[in-house]
Amino acid sequence: MSFFSDISAIQNIVYIFSSILFISGIKMLGKEDTAVRGNFLSASAMFIAVAVTIINVVNPVIVLIGVSIGAVIGSLIALRVKMTSIPEMVALFNGFGGLATFFIAWSEFNAIPDNVFQFIVIMLTTYIGGVTFSGSIIAYGKLSEKLKVKKDSFVTKIFTTFFYASILFLVYSIGFTEIIELPINFYTVLLILTLLGGIGFVIPIGGGDMPVVISLLNSFSGIAAAFAGLLLLNNVLIVAGSLVGASGLILTIIMAKAMNRSIGNILFVGYASSSSSSGSQETGEVKPINVADAYLILENASSVLVIPGYGMAVAQAQHVVRELGELLEENGTEVKYGIHPVAGRMPGHMNVLLAEANVPYDVLVEPDDVNPSMDTVDVAIVIGANDVVNPSATEEPGSPIYGMPIIEVHNARTVFVLKRSMSAGFAGVQNPLFFKQNTRMLFGDAKESIGGLVSEFKE
Amino acid sequence: MEVYVLLGFVLILSIYLGLELISKVPSTLHTPLMSGANAISGIALVGALVLSTNSQLQEILALLAITFASINVFGGYLVTNRMLKMFKKK
Repeated sequence: MSFFSDISAIQNIVYIFSSILFISGIKMLGKEDTAVRGNFLSASAMFIAVAVTIINVVNPVIVLIGVSIGAVIGSLIALRVKMTSIPEMVALFNGFGGLATFFIAWSEFNAIPDNVFQFIVIMLTTYIGGVTFSGSIIAYGKLSEKLKVKKDSFVTKIFTTFFYASILFLVYSIGFTEIIELPINFYTVLLILTLLGGIGFVIPIGGGDMPVVISLLNSFSGIAAAFAGLLLLNNVLIVAGSLVGASGLILTIIMAKAMNRSIGNILFVGYASSSSSSGSQETGEVKPINVADAYLILENASSVLVIPGYGMAVAQAQHVVRELGELLEENGTEVKYGIHPVAGRMPGHMNVLLAEANVPYDVLVEPDDVNPSMDTVDVAIVIGANDVVNPSATEEPGSPIYGMPIIEVHNARTVFVLKRSMSAGFAGVQNPLFFKQNTRMLFGDAKESIGGLVSEFKE
Repeated sequence: MEVYVLLGFVLILSIYLGLELISKVPSTLHTPLMSGANAISGIALVGALVLSTNSQLQEILALLAITFASINVFGGYLVTNRMLKMFKKK
């Protein structure tokens, strides 16, 4: 055996070991008690796989420069970013992973593929990697609110067209490049169309559907890495990439189920075109309440359920919410937080915000746990959530959100809804909850309203 | 061709294993799982390291691939760790 085949045998054995660590790591990441260790295991797996690869690397200078720049930039972003901007950070890092596989496929194309299968895998890796990158960048723009494009605007339509064109061109690239020749370099066209197509894939998708898109892009970045593994005949890339692909897919399915919609409907239809038939413009009398009266009710409550939504994130109200929760507990009230899986802009968004504000995770409950005992809740405080507490989902078969699992706050004894105005939620559906007998509207900025309650308690 | 069949087999089994392992995740961990999985997808770094650098274009592509994959790896793991440290029990 020559020296090189020896090294590569050792590398392959180490890759197997690293794969085992990745598998155990991601398993442990799915349980609260072991999550930190799971992340550490997976980081060790990464370190081992990279270290054993570096041993016989061809061009050490490039490696040294690339890894150093990446390490500095990555660490700086990760350690400096505010916890409230986690959603867009995850989107950004995800995009960079996709971009790396995009470059890998591009480079392999220039190494001249020697069989048809390799050629096909290069095309697919280019496409998935590229779409993951440009799609994630658009998701980043939308989540950080730097990018605001309307769904029915001209720009959106152009990019959506690019998306469909890019799929067609991918099919052409895979199947017909040998038969029909283009006058220009087809691969350059594919590179450009892929990036434009990724923009078109995410740009029409609205804010409330972001959790699904983010999970799906997460899954894509894994699949892209796994395909790059097929291309480079590398085991650990395939195993690790597939695990990410699977975990992203599971999150996507959980999110879609929580909205009672199919993934296809979320990606390609959206609420706008399906909600035109909803005629339930319920108008009744809305009963507003002020902070002082709300305080009196809260002071006598023995159990309170807080339901946060994207509005809490926008108002940055998580810290005052925690303070109110603590004051209520000192007053002898049992406080729980009802978290809907799609509240916010990414999976688990509310959990991260509340954790940042030091709310322990064992008082956060899921809809299924809290709905059966809702009638024992004295006060449900809805903070900037709308569609996830809309009773139309259970009461009105004609409603576009009918069938979506909700947190049934309308069954609580009293409901406080903190809201800026009477506008509809993301789904564009009027919320009959606001007109219920037991509902009191506390209009205004959530942070100020909760802050008002906190100071009432302190007096 | 045989090697692709074998690797395709690994791919399918790994996806299946992933689906089985992560099927029940508490919603508290949705974001950390996503972020941690995202860091794992930085495994593309290993792929970037073995790219050949015969032409100038390939050198540039390898450098870019290594850089972006490294950002993904370092950023992803650090952010996940920071996030997980915030989750506390009562």
